[in-house]
Amino acid sequence: MQRGELPTWVDVGLIPLINLTIAFVVAGLVVLIIGENPFQAIWILLSTPLSSLSGWFNIIYYATNFIFTGLCVAVAFHAGLFNIGGEGQAYIGGLGAATPGLLIGGALAAVLPVWVSTPITLLICLVASFAVGALWGWFPGYLQAKRGSHIVITTIMLNYITSSVMVYMINMVFRPVGKMAVESRAIDDAYIMNARELGRLVGMKLPASPLNPGLFVALAAAWGVWYLLWRTKLGYEIRAVGANMDASIYAGINPARIIMITMAISGGLAGLMAFHEVLGAQHRLVLEYVQGAGFVGIAVALMGRSHPVGIVLAALLFGLLYQGGTELSFANQNINRDMVVVIQGLVILFMGALEQTFRPYLGAIFAKVE
Amino acid sequence: MDFSILPEILSSTIRMSVPLILACLAGLWSERSGVVDIGLEGKMLAGAFVAASAAATFHSPWIGLLLAIAVSIGFSLIHGYASINQRGNQVVSGVAINMLAAGLAVVIGHSWFKQGGRTPQLDDASRFLAIDFPGREALFAMPGIAPFAKIFLDHSVLTYAALALVPISAWTLAKTRFGLRLRAVGENPQAVDTAGISVAKLRYQALIIAGVLCGIAGAYLSTALQTSFVRDMSGGRGFLALTALIFANWRAWPALWACLLFGFLQAVANFMQGVHFFGVEIPVQVFNSLPYVMTIVLLAGFIGKSTPPKADGVPYTKDR
Repeated sequence: MQRGELPTWVDVGLIPLINLTIAFVVAGLVVLIIGENPFQAIWILLSTPLSSLSGWFNIIYYATNFIFTGLCVAVAFHAGLFNIGGEGQAYIGGLGAATPGLLIGGALAAVLPVWVSTPITLLICLVASFAVGALWGWFPGYLQAKRGSHIVITTIMLNYITSSVMVYMINMVFRPVGKMAVESRAIDDAYIMNARELGRLVGMKLPASPLNPGLFVALAAAWGVWYLLWRTKLGYEIRAVGANMDASIYAGINPARIIMITMAISGGLAGLMAFHEVLGAQHRLVLEYVQGAGFVGIAVALMGRSHPVGIVLAALLFGLLYQGGTELSFANQNINRDMVVVIQGLVILFMGALEQTFRPYLGAIFAKVE
Repeated sequence: MDFSILPEILSSTIRMSVPLILACLAGLWSERSGVVDIGLEGKMLAGAFVAASAAATFHSPWIGLLLAIAVSIGFSLIHGYASINQRGNQVVSGVAINMLAAGLAVVIGHSWFKQGGRTPQLDDASRFLAIDFPGREALFAMPGIAPFAKIFLDHSVLTYAALALVPISAWTLAKTRFGLRLRAVGENPQAVDTAGISVAKLRYQALIIAGVLCGIAGAYLSTALQTSFVRDMSGGRGFLALTALIFANWRAWPALWACLLFGFLQAVANFMQGVHFFGVEIPVQVFNSLPYVMTIVLLAGFIGKSTPPKADGVPYTKDR
């Protein structure tokens, strides 16, 4: 992604805003085509979730998932890699999230008090989710670095392979004998309480939502990514490889090594989404729980300009859109909640593929001003 | 396993291969001209939705087919504008097109037909049915021959069109001036530009051809293979076709064999829920993931080699 000669606030503020506006205008046209009032639809979409506490909770819950997948895409972007495999890495990460809770959580709970065993189990689950996702990211990184297979292609293929692997694993390995639903047993020993349950502990009455402290893991991951990329040698090397691979070789950096490490980190971040979703919201390993969050991550990373602060903000925006989409489909039966997928596609189109469209015009305007 | 279902599996292989062949050829045209097309899936899906909607409304599969092609070309042109004119990231543009198509089909379908994104069931007059070849019924009535006759003769016009498009594509790309130029633009656009031929025009032509092919593939899904559009009905076939294209090393004839192989695996997966091979049960997921595993192994250079066109995915900039 090239940078023109534009002030920073234009690059990180104005251009995303213009592109978002256009995405909304086009989405509004779609609403008009199906015979509804676009202004009313967009008003419901954006304002209803914000008017209740449960709406806010749901927005932040969605945003937590999107922060993980957005960071996953962004870290790879910084090394000049396009990781479309976030969906699969987040899905396979479920193995890491669920297995320790199911296998050793019970044993730990038997010898230790619950308030000691649960955090220890959760910590192991956290590390395992990251590790499994990291392995699933490292592999295409290895194939790209050492065998020359393009990462876009291999990550897409791994998404499909993951789907098959997970159907098999959940159905044949995790599903308890005799259970009809294709899902694991409840992971009680690695249970992340949601906001409502935590509120009840201190006598507060909070609305029901899947919002849970996994949010703090996401925020810590965002800070970690910022620290890694802009404050460490490895981060510098990642950005150097992304900016100019030939120059990085002359600087003594080994791009093959950086590509593999970057993809492992990227995959690990996606894997953390499984920690949040499986242990904090589903409380069991289920089929297809990622539900496109891996792809939302692409939109979030593009919108957030691959910077952790931008990603948190963009994740909140998409959380708002997801919650708003649900509310909109309740308020107006004629508008399906997949309207959000359309907006998402438009954001990726305008922020990603057509991002150069307005730059020359803005460049000309600002050149005149200065 | 029971070998008596083999003819049925082979017939199903052809049915499953058709959308793959069409989408794979679409990818071939596009990528041979130097434009990466991740959006095959979305274009196919959009085509499937439009074909089913139009066929249900106008009671004619042909109107459905034409409109599917038109809409698919429309998406191709968006991709072209982003990747040729704006020199944007072609993969990102493809991802966007897939999402747009998936979202739009459900949103518009939900509003038009009030069936949660489904389109109404099509009657026989609004679908592409198997062609009634003269003497077909007589063959189908013969014991011994019938199962084998059904493998080849029980298909709609779109199937034969798809099969015919393989040699046509191979020949056009290999032997005609247009094909030569198109391949040149995918390998070395500079040279083509120097010869005074428009790089952009050639790439747009390739994308339009890809749009036509994806439109046919979509129409096939919803008006020949199935009887209506359901959400996400392309089910990853666009990506499977892309996989076949890589597996076939960006060539038309090998693409046909790759698509037939992948179609065979899909057919086997559909027929063999819980079937035992020599006492061992092979999970159906193995057949589903085999094409991807094979292609990753191939791409990694462990068996054979796959080389994309040199300028594939690289936006062309005139250097002055």
